[in-house]
Amino acid sequence: MQYLLLIYDDEKRWTNMTEAGMQKGMSAYDAFGKEFAGKIKAGNALQPTHTATTVRTRDGKRLTTDGPYAETKEALGGYYLVDANDLDEAIAIAGKIPGALTGAIEVRPIMTFD
Amino acid sequence: MTAIEDVFRSEWGRLLAALIHLLGDFDVAEEALQEAFAAAVTEWAGEVPRNPRAWLYGTARHKAIDRLRRRARFAEKQAELAYLAPSATSDEMNDADESGVPDERLRLIFTCCHPALAEDAQVALTLRTLCGLSTEEIARAFLVPTATMAQRLVRAKAKIRGAGIPYRVPPASELPERLSVVMAVVYLVFNEGYAAASGESLVRHDLCAEAIRLARVLRALLPDAQLDALLALMLLHEARRATRVDDNGEMVLLADQDRSRWDRAEIDEGRALLQSSLRTSRPGTYALEAAIAAVHADAHIASDTDWKQIAAIYERLYFLHPTPIVALNHAVAVSMSDGPAAALPLVAALSDSLIDYHLWHATRADLLRRLGRDDEAIASYRRAHELAGNDAERRFLARRIEKLASSRHD
Repeated sequence: MQYLLLIYDDEKRWTNMTEAGMQKGMSAYDAFGKEFAGKIKAGNALQPTHTATTVRTRDGKRLTTDGPYAETKEALGGYYLVDANDLDEAIAIAGKIPGALTGAIEVRPIMTFD
Repeated sequence: MTAIEDVFRSEWGRLLAALIHLLGDFDVAEEALQEAFAAAVTEWAGEVPRNPRAWLYGTARHKAIDRLRRRARFAEKQAELAYLAPSATSDEMNDADESGVPDERLRLIFTCCHPALAEDAQVALTLRTLCGLSTEEIARAFLVPTATMAQRLVRAKAKIRGAGIPYRVPPASELPERLSVVMAVVYLVFNEGYAAASGESLVRHDLCAEAIRLARVLRALLPDAQLDALLALMLLHEARRATRVDDNGEMVLLADQDRSRWDRAEIDEGRALLQSSLRTSRPGTYALEAAIAAVHADAHIASDTDWKQIAAIYERLYFLHPTPIVALNHAVAVSMSDGPAAALPLVAALSDSLIDYHLWHATRADLLRRLGRDDEAIASYRRAHELAGNDAERRFLARRIEKLASSRHD
């Protein structure tokens, strides 16, 4: 099965970080990526939510607003798409994402249509 | 109980666990097993076959295959039958006994108590699948409409399927953590039966009995010191069953219970389990709670109770499990060993966290009463009465208020 692992964390942690802290954080993600290279199908970090735009189409009219869909302290900051045998394996991988140490990882199974 | 009900009670969980493993689907397995029991009612005609488990398993398996055949389109049918055929004969039989039905209940317990399921869903699913309680029975036990409980079960099964929760016993590295979730579910079932949070009756014995039965099944499949302690704890409490409620359904306090009617066999078994648990592992919360129950069981009259020891055990329990409820119980023990004046400040210190808990007010009321501060005691009993959800507890508190109020006017 495939699962999307959504990384939620306090954005201020990254913006307030020192250069050294930032490098430590990046290398933790590098190590994670190497450890699960065989499982990770895709993954990206996202720019902070102040760059987000939310779009809705209602009655044929497009409404565009500044900001993320949900204003929360812990924001979506990145994701991995992984292959896992079952939820337990996906949970085990999610628990190793560096973001799990400070924020939270939401594990969502990918819908399949047959 | 009829013979077939007897078989249902003892075999449902084991048969369903094996069928889910065989068929890979909770609903197909459940429907097939229900059909097999319905067939047994007519075909056994009162006479149980020599090996009822094997009969039911074989019948349910055929019903499931029939159902899948009828339902499946041609291509799917081929695939499904190919999937069913080998697993029913080869490795499946390895851990089966003479009935030919493998014991897969551990897989079922760990799947139902998967931490990715909501706690109330874990409890409902465990009672439905392992204990064979009907949706109506579970709904009644937890005082929710049947439709709500049915919805909860449907959602839990949909999550198992949709999210890919595996049907397996977790690997050794995860076992302690996962087993603690399973034990929490069992204890939750017991507590719901022992001190029903709301409703008319104080004790729902059926749930206590199911929890004890589950713990026994678990222990037989997976020996563990914490499990011994949990079963000990439940047995030592269950031993007081007959004396906790009087003939009118009214609550009887521990101090007023007729201890000669406590179940000695359950106490002895509980004590032996507790001792074996303490021999092999450091006491956890279940062992400490069981130890407290054992101290009560040791006292043949209430005034013989070793409250100093109970207070000491509560202190250790608080160290492992620092909750305001444990602190409240510790304060009660202190009030018994050192007097109400020593306990009152301990209780007062918990006001922030327990201000909406009826037993905090009832405990405070009791201490004030013992200190002769009747007016304050009555006010606290009144608040406890307002907050209590269980009718028997409410009636008990009402009697206390009445008694105090009348003695004051004497």
